[in-house]
This record gives sequence, structure tokens and C-alpha cells, in this order.
Amino acid sequence: MLQQNPSAGEFRAGMRAIFPLIVAVLPIGLVFGAVSVTKGLSPLETTLMSALVFAGGSQFVAMDIWTHPASWIGAGFAALLVNIRHLLMSASIGTKMQSFSGIKRYIAMLFLADEIWAMAEFRAGATRLTPAWYAGVVTPFYLTWVGSSLAGALLGAFLGDPAVIGLDFAFPAVFIVLVMGFWKGPETGAVLAASGIAAVAAHQYVPGVWYIAAGALAGLAMAFWRGRAREQAA
Amino acid sequence: MTLDLNTLLAIFAMAAATIFTRVGGLVLIRYVEIDERRRTAIEAIPPAVLMAVIAPTAFATGWAETLACAATAIASHRLSMLASVVVGVATVALLRAAGL
Repeated sequence: MLQQNPSAGEFRAGMRAIFPLIVAVLPIGLVFGAVSVTKGLSPLETTLMSALVFAGGSQFVAMDIWTHPASWIGAGFAALLVNIRHLLMSASIGTKMQSFSGIKRYIAMLFLADEIWAMAEFRAGATRLTPAWYAGVVTPFYLTWVGSSLAGALLGAFLGDPAVIGLDFAFPAVFIVLVMGFWKGPETGAVLAASGIAAVAAHQYVPGVWYIAAGALAGLAMAFWRGRAREQAA
Repeated sequence: MTLDLNTLLAIFAMAAATIFTRVGGLVLIRYVEIDERRRTAIEAIPPAVLMAVIAPTAFATGWAETLACAATAIASHRLSMLASVVVGVATVALLRAAGL
């Protein structure tokens, strides 16, 4: 029975946790769908991309560089570059999945979008991360991303510019709230400063999306350096 | 409802690249032992990656975005995530309307 199953409660808790991000991702999915039709993709192709790739950042970048006929090397390499951060993310969350069986870990990773990952890290910091909770986070988020991409592709030209009412800011706003949640004192401040400075510098001077890798690596280097300095002082 | 072969191939290439990055970290930690220093670095990954993603918006887009980021950060100390996001979105919309 559903009511007696503790994992049903976990699933519902996951759905509650992801709700603000559903609200944030809906307009982004609509915009992605609308952009992709202007690039010549059919609604079916747009929906397939959202369903199979499920990584908004790389999908927008692919639209930026889209050609006709499509270049699989170009799109694939761009996706690799934009999503290389997922390597770090899966290594990090992978150490916190004790209650996942081997196969469940790999299935879970297929849905490791930024938002899913950030919520899972957050959860793992507060309590035990369970497969049911993770599924509760993934299911509505995945369906919203795929569904809103399709809706955006179908509505296309009818949508106005979301920047006018600030909806494009929902995504960065969610990330800011999550960053604040990871604050653990001056150590975190040093990591954030290194990451922020490197990302902004790379964004200004290097074309493309290298800024994400630059920021992430600078933050990691700072954590390493501070860790070593602490060991030597001890 | 057309489905172009080149487009389909490009989508598959993107999906393959993304799956490689998502599963790669999980495979990596099976073979690399996690000592204290590596644990410190792994714990730094979430804030470092999140900061890198938002930094250009926060510091290099415009005053409306920078101030809205600050408003969101301050709001997040007291409000829920949804309310903080609403504060951020409303702030950026108002500042853009004001011409910032």
C-alpha cells in the first residue's frame, strides 16, 4: 500500500523540495523550445533533444552554434565542454549515495542536471539521500523540462521576450540561494572568491563556455591550497 | 513533425557526451581512494561549480543583475527558496524597467 510505504513519503518530500525549481525551469524550457524552432528544428527534434540530453546549458549553446545540416561533431564537442562540470558533480554526489544499489547509482546519474544535483547535495548534507527522494526530485523536473520544451516549440512566436518580466533571472536566482546554503565559513568564502574571479575573467577573455571549467577548477585549487596550508600549520 | 538524420545524429552525440560526463565521476571514485585532502576538495565542488555558473550574471552583465543577485542572497537568509527567487526576479524586472 502506498500509504504504508516509507519511500512514498520520501518521494513526496522530493517533489516538495524541487517545486521552486520547477517554477524556475518552466520558462527556461519554453524559451529553449521557442529558440530551437527559430533555428529550424521541428517540435519533435526539440523534444527529443530535451529528453535525451536533458542539460539546458549545453542545449542553449548548441542552438548558438547550430548549422544546417547539423554538425554532430560540433554539437557533441560543445556538449562535452559545457557539461564537463558534471564529471566533478557526479564524483561528489557519488560519495553520498550509500543507500543506492550499484545499478540505481548509474541510473540516477543519467538525470544529474545542475538543479537535481544541487538539491541532492543539499539533501545529503542534511539527512540520508535515498533513491525514492531522488526519484521524487527527478520525475517532475524531467517531465517539466521536456514538456515545456515541446510547448515552447509549438507556441514559438506567440511567446514574448521573457527578459521583460525578469523570468530569465529565475535560474541564476535559484543558484544564488543554493550557493548561500553551502556557506560553511571563511573556507567557503575563499573557494567562492577564487571561483567567481576566475569565471568572470575567463568569461571576459575566452570565447565559449570555458568560464564554468575555469571557475570550478580555481575553486578546487583554492580548497586544495587551503587544505595543505592547514595541514602544514598543524 | 520532421526528423532530420543529421539533427538526430547531433542530438545523439550531445546525449553521449553528456552521459559520459555524468557517469564519469561515478566511475572515477571507484578507482581513486578518497583521503582527507581529496575529501576537502570534493566538498568544495558544489560551491565552486555553482559560483562559476552564476558569476558572469552576477558581476559582468549589468547593474540590474548585480543588484538583483545581492537582493536574492540577502533574502535567502530569511526567506524560503521560492520567496527568495521571487524577490530576485521582481528586483531585476523593476531595475530593468527603471532603465538600469
